[in-house]
Amino acid sequence: MKTNRRDFLKISGGALGASVLPFLKVMPASAAGNDVIVAVMGQSINSLDLHRTGTNRPSYQVAVNVYDRLVSFGTKVTEDGGVSYDYSVIEPEIAESWEETEDALIFKLKPEGKFHDGTPITAADVKWSFDRAVSLGGFPAVQMKAGSLESPEQFEAVDDLTFKIKLIRASKLTLPDLAVPIPMVINSKVALEHATDDDPWATEYLHTTPAGSGAFKVAKWSPGEQLVYERNDDYTSGPVPEVKRVIVREVPSPATRRALLERGDVNLSFNMPNKDAKELSGVDGLEIQTTPIENSIYSLCPNLAFDAFKDKRVRQAIAWSIPYQEVFDTGAYGRGKPMWGGQETSPSDIAWPQKFPYSTDLDRAKDLLKEAGMSAGFDVPLSISLGQAEWMEPVALLIQENLSKIGVNTTIDKIPSAGWRTASLVEKRLPLHLETFGGWLNYPCYYFFWCFLEGHLFNSSNYRNEEIQTLTNETLHMPIDDPDYAPKIKRMIEIIWDEVPRIALWQPALSVGMNGAKDFEYWFHRQLDVRNLKKV
Amino acid sequence: MSGRFQTIAMRIAQALPVVMGVVVVSFILTRALPGDPAVYFAGQSATDESIQQVREALGLDKSLPQQFFIYLGDLLRGDLGQSLSTGQPVINDLARRLPASLELTLTALILACSVAIPLGVMAAKKPGSLQDHICRIFVTAGVSLPTFFTGILLVYIFYYLLGIAPSPLGRLDFLYIEPDHITGFYLIDAALVGDWETFFGALKQLVLPAVTLALFTMAPIARMTRAAMLTALSSDFIRTAKAAGLTNSKVLYGYAFRNALLPVITTLGMVFSFMLGANVLVEKVFAWPGIGSYAVEALVSSDYAAVQGFVLTMAILFVLLNLIIDISYSLIDPRIGFEAQS
Amino acid sequence: MSSEPSFSSHLLYVMRENPVTAISFFMFAVLLICAIFGPSIVPYDPLASNTSNALSPPSAAHWFGTDNLGRDVFSRVIVATRLDLSISIAAVALSFVIGSFLGACAGYWGGWLDAVLNRILDTIMAFPLFVLAMGIVAALGNTVENIIYATAVINIPFYARLVRAEVNIRRDAGFVQAAKLAGNSDVRILAFHIFPNSLPPMMVQISLNLGWAILNAAGLSFIGLGVRPPTAEWGIMVAEGANFVISGEWWLALFPGLWLMFAVFTFNLMGDGLRDLVDPRKRT
Repeated sequence: MKTNRRDFLKISGGALGASVLPFLKVMPASAAGNDVIVAVMGQSINSLDLHRTGTNRPSYQVAVNVYDRLVSFGTKVTEDGGVSYDYSVIEPEIAESWEETEDALIFKLKPEGKFHDGTPITAADVKWSFDRAVSLGGFPAVQMKAGSLESPEQFEAVDDLTFKIKLIRASKLTLPDLAVPIPMVINSKVALEHATDDDPWATEYLHTTPAGSGAFKVAKWSPGEQLVYERNDDYTSGPVPEVKRVIVREVPSPATRRALLERGDVNLSFNMPNKDAKELSGVDGLEIQTTPIENSIYSLCPNLAFDAFKDKRVRQAIAWSIPYQEVFDTGAYGRGKPMWGGQETSPSDIAWPQKFPYSTDLDRAKDLLKEAGMSAGFDVPLSISLGQAEWMEPVALLIQENLSKIGVNTTIDKIPSAGWRTASLVEKRLPLHLETFGGWLNYPCYYFFWCFLEGHLFNSSNYRNEEIQTLTNETLHMPIDDPDYAPKIKRMIEIIWDEVPRIALWQPALSVGMNGAKDFEYWFHRQLDVRNLKKV
Repeated sequence: MSGRFQTIAMRIAQALPVVMGVVVVSFILTRALPGDPAVYFAGQSATDESIQQVREALGLDKSLPQQFFIYLGDLLRGDLGQSLSTGQPVINDLARRLPASLELTLTALILACSVAIPLGVMAAKKPGSLQDHICRIFVTAGVSLPTFFTGILLVYIFYYLLGIAPSPLGRLDFLYIEPDHITGFYLIDAALVGDWETFFGALKQLVLPAVTLALFTMAPIARMTRAAMLTALSSDFIRTAKAAGLTNSKVLYGYAFRNALLPVITTLGMVFSFMLGANVLVEKVFAWPGIGSYAVEALVSSDYAAVQGFVLTMAILFVLLNLIIDISYSLIDPRIGFEAQS
Repeated sequence: MSSEPSFSSHLLYVMRENPVTAISFFMFAVLLICAIFGPSIVPYDPLASNTSNALSPPSAAHWFGTDNLGRDVFSRVIVATRLDLSISIAAVALSFVIGSFLGACAGYWGGWLDAVLNRILDTIMAFPLFVLAMGIVAALGNTVENIIYATAVINIPFYARLVRAEVNIRRDAGFVQAAKLAGNSDVRILAFHIFPNSLPPMMVQISLNLGWAILNAAGLSFIGLGVRPPTAEWGIMVAEGANFVISGEWWLALFPGLWLMFAVFTFNLMGDGLRDLVDPRKRT
């Protein structure tokens, strides 16, 4: 995606004609005009193709902004006035309507649907894209599988505008899983032109050149520096965005990002550190939107593969000895929701996440250790990720201090990001560590599926409980209005409250700072969706 | 003359084992990095199965010797592999980022020289005097500051508090359009096409990081200038020149300084290659899209190809630089042949 | 050489001769006192958190303010002196010993040994040194020992080169021939007759390297490859504090930064003084 000056002018089109350019070149960013938004983020986009092996999380935003899906979630206004996606509503995007039969989902596509190159969106494109998502392996295949979308045989292009998914089981997860970023619809005609025998899915081409139908096009991508979105004026899957272009700059230093936002040199700072979010909220001219992340808990995980933690009383003792309030104040600067101090030992509803019935009580912790025959204490390493040291380190230090008061001596291990996932999630060998799982699909059973079933990726505590195994598998695909659903979920929550294979610290929040922009929309995928942004 | 070419060929032949050594060591070093790139790049909720798929796609399921020979084979074909974190061929990444680092480093070097060399000369004029001590303390203070600290401090003062420096956002502010790619050096490219607005835009961005880096590198240059000047000033030909009644400034700049230049140039070569490595931290602070920040990211994410490509490029640069210094040495001072150095 | 003056009088002479040296020796004494007595003279426990008093600016109670966990920055800065000096001295000592040994052998015996060693040193030098150190620490794990090893490895070539050159030019000198004729073994000649001559220029290198080793450790910390928390270390304190500068809590980075600068400054200034101290020709 190398663009020289001439191409850039061409892409800029009417908005930035050659005649305006000389002025523009010397204008400060803050005066960039009403239809340009400049955003900064700390991470780096490494591919424009979500399905490709090695595509990192920040790159998912391209799939959101440049591609469309069959369906999308609705939009709602949150309690504090921010904009958020609405998990309870599923809306058409490329599809116009759909119907559910006994063993199939049938979608009617919008007849006016057009890709960026002006060609119509057909069911064949959808079929090719879905086949690609389940065939390329890696994360896309895993996420598709979560919605019971496992093999190309399930997808069928009935005619140009009718697309059919054969269901292998009835599951409440299937439809919402079609609205996550993965099942994006690619212009298969363009892609196939660039496919080769070695690369039948055109991963090399789509990696640098998107072929979508989304609200924005990619005007320019300099890896490690910036990505420039240009509005798709002929957008057919939803309302045409208000802003003409969005420039997303990558600035690794959080301090620099803060300075840029404060000085108004950028309009939006994505995923701000909690401290900045706290200090800048209420500052004149700045709008900080903090949204608690659904289905996510920052937790301390005692690993059952470590002898001392096999006894649930030891795990409970740890849970009773954490200085929750200090941890929340120092690690999250109060942004997010407390997940401690619940009053009952069995839940009254199935809200998730909800407060665990633990608080700071060192005497109780000592008693539990004594009961477990561990009153002499023990030594254990407490592991944190270097990539998230900003909040993990102060939290670990506070936990370390309190644990030493009950005789548990910890040493803090900082593990570089590349090794973190291997050690914590794949090998599951860290005796005591911090963990941050958040489920895209907002159901408690979905959380349990990933975090509490034996061998599952995020079960970094090596926890196994027969009842949890059975109940989770039963509830995973069950509709939530099934009369059995709520009682089973309550029982599941009760068990893990008692056994604490994960000790909840708090529910994290995503903070976005805006200066001269408004209406940032929060999504479960926690990436920058620029479609709804407006200039103030 | 042919003898000289022969010696240059010899030099290059001597450099080959070094480059080979760098290839081997960087390969071993990257494989010793903790963590499994397959896991890292398989994504959020990858399963064992999908991690295995990624591992095979990356060729990491093969044995280490096999991987090494595949890497060597690719190298011989000029293929540095593909970076996992940027998703680009490493060679493209480096080609795009190397000019950024070189531009920053060269600017800083010129800046450092223009301050440090006069300081060194001044100090050498009266060794042991007050101005000698002040020079020494000044340059030593510069080299005593961690570059990332100086960088952040400068950003805080000149950008955040005073607002006179541009936002620390890499090589150009948002709305300048980068100049056509001719050399990759924005200053030169912009000047070549006469686009002075872009030229000054790029220059403004360069000032703070270049000052940060220059502060750090003044000390060795000033020290070496001072020492070389002292040696030159105490040599016989200077005494003769003075005795012959030449003016002070003529002696100082016409004779002594010219002779002192040789060791200074050697030092500059060392300093330059050292700076290229040291600006890792400066690049990180100023979001400078150079190869230093690239290497840091690559190391942290166990991005093998990128680390190896970076190290190899730096090693080749280092070897070339030494070669150039050797040659320029013999050009400046014809008395020194290659034979004289071992 | 028989009428060699006492060390202390020579020290006094060197210090009188050069006021900057005198100042630098005094500064070094301050650092040493902090390193030795630091933990017992600081007002607070450098590891004890007090979140109710987090991020408070410098005051009479907390001279350098407190950090994000409410720990006393002054106490941490002073206590860190011992660790930082240990890292740099250990690293430099290691590279001095290994580098001198390799360089002396290569310079004295020459031949294939010299050729091989030279290529190895060239290889190390051809690496961007800081990145090499990063790689070593990343590969071995971030402990104090590994930071020391990494810093030592990247310093070895400097010593080896210097010693090799100094030894090489003296191996055929008259005093060496004389010592050989007197029946001294090669090792003895090398160790007691030739090697000491290379000490004066090495001293400058050592003191510069001590400072550089501290900066190197600080840089590693900035990347996140430093010592383990909650250990107080200047580099980590500056690196972490740097994130607080823009939000107005400048004291977190400034004081450790200044103290770090003070230490490196001391070492850099001391170089010439140390050389004068060991240089036989300087003795009156």
